[in-house]
Amino acid sequence: MNVARKLACAVVVAVCAVSLAANWLAPEGYAKQFRETPNAPPSHQHWLGTDDVGRDRFARVLYGTRISLLLAPAAALISTALAVLVGGLAGYLGGIWLRLARGFTDLFLSLPWLFLLITVRALLPLNVSPMVSVLITFFVLGVLGWAASARVLSTSADGLRNSDFILQARASGLHGPRLFFVHVLPNLKPVLYAQFWISIPVFILSEANLGILGLGVAEPMPSWGSLLRELEGLISFREEPWKLAPLLLLIVVMTSFQLLLSNEEVTA
Amino acid sequence: MVSEKALLSKLSPEDMPATEVSQRKTLLWKIARHLGAMAALVLLGGLLSATLVRLAPGFDSDERELDPRLNAESVQALRQSRAGEHKIFSFYAGYLRGALHGDLGVSHALGQPVQALLSERWPVTLRVAGVGLLLAWLLGATLAFTACLWQRPIYEIFGTTVSGVFLCIPAAALALLSVILNKPGYLAVALIVFPKIYRYSRNMLAKAYALPHITAARARGLGEVRILAWHVLPIAGPQMIALAGITVSVALGASIPVEALCGLPGIGQLAWQAALSRDLPLLVNLTVLVTLVTLLANSGADVMNYVLRPHDA
Repeated sequence: MNVARKLACAVVVAVCAVSLAANWLAPEGYAKQFRETPNAPPSHQHWLGTDDVGRDRFARVLYGTRISLLLAPAAALISTALAVLVGGLAGYLGGIWLRLARGFTDLFLSLPWLFLLITVRALLPLNVSPMVSVLITFFVLGVLGWAASARVLSTSADGLRNSDFILQARASGLHGPRLFFVHVLPNLKPVLYAQFWISIPVFILSEANLGILGLGVAEPMPSWGSLLRELEGLISFREEPWKLAPLLLLIVVMTSFQLLLSNEEVTA
Repeated sequence: MVSEKALLSKLSPEDMPATEVSQRKTLLWKIARHLGAMAALVLLGGLLSATLVRLAPGFDSDERELDPRLNAESVQALRQSRAGEHKIFSFYAGYLRGALHGDLGVSHALGQPVQALLSERWPVTLRVAGVGLLLAWLLGATLAFTACLWQRPIYEIFGTTVSGVFLCIPAAALALLSVILNKPGYLAVALIVFPKIYRYSRNMLAKAYALPHITAARARGLGEVRILAWHVLPIAGPQMIALAGITVSVALGASIPVEALCGLPGIGQLAWQAALSRDLPLLVNLTVLVTLVTLLANSGADVMNYVLRPHDA
């Protein structure tokens, strides 16, 4: 691992650790309103100032980071599982199943990701409790984000189907689910891990896009998307640079993810 | 195993016309299959969006029903006007019948014919996404070629850093920043798309430059521009053309948050409004349109590759 990747790993671990310690670092929580000091600049009490209803921005950044960084991997897990179900199985079964799965994947890939995501999220209930909105947002990301991974997995599984060791396993009498779970799936692991890790930054950015458009996590619960929405009220960078803190943190974390994923994985 | 090309080269001249006819037939069959697959995908895309809207919570509700000035008969008439949308397959069949005759239906939310809405808004999207895409290619390709031609670390670091930063900013945040800085929407689209162009182009060019015959050409004293034009571009070119097709879809997707947040009345903003108001006719038309444009862009790239390098197809 080179220095840049070590540094990136350290940044991601540090940000995760700090966000997990949000309860201790910001014990008053993300929803407490300091009504006497709305729109306050940074101070000893509020390191990143307060928002227009007096909520501590630093606390919101901590809790928002925690939500985004914990739930993006959960969404990535859903999408990777679906990719195995559609792409991996179809590649293993081959024939008509592979053609059907590729057609279905092509259908999803022929729609621009943002168009699909925004449309589907907007169609789902928006006036729900914050916790439900978090679950809906990341579930939608997981359910819609499988297509690209499924395409990669179907190609890999298709290649494995005709490999010597699978033919030998078949000749030995192995077939059906046992052959898939014992011999095919373990050999797909490297591709699966790569697809899982690639999906995480994609889902973090997608959630941020939804949040800025008002389709993400509902108030008062923070996420990177809802925190970035605050940029709408930004007058100028010079007068209120602290409002850019969530964006800068997002850039730092995303850059770290980019460095962590090797070139081969990113371009896969 | 003997390749198909090797077999063709061994054929006698008398056999060639028959081979050409067979090749032409194969090509026509491929085109027909491709067009068939495209049509199927477009139709399925429309059906998928129609099904999603139909299943969406609150599909049945209509704000106009809350108008206290309307009497029971009017409310009933309103409900009756949407009754056809409840059975999704019959709605979709009706929509396709109308579309074949040039009738794309009427938007519930905006109360206007979809055709009129699309025709008045597409120039805005064409400008935002088109100019943005052009700028993105200018920036991305220039940076990638510069890094490859003058192989100095400074160009590489600059390109990677700038593209990396923009790759990490959500499309909607770039749209917001363009509003704050009072910059045009197409600039936001350009900055959303250019990092992808730079990264992929740079990778493709780097792979082409790493080939042994390029090293041999350089050792024989060929100039960098000549190497690029004669040896690198023929290898990386087809992939870059394919990338051009893909970036159309990316630019189209980026235009939704940009138009929605910058207040630009284009197709992206229309899609945003249609989704929020669960406007079935509008959303089905937009899905079909977006799918068609994406598939046409990708097919256009394939055709261009075939025209430029027919023997590789």
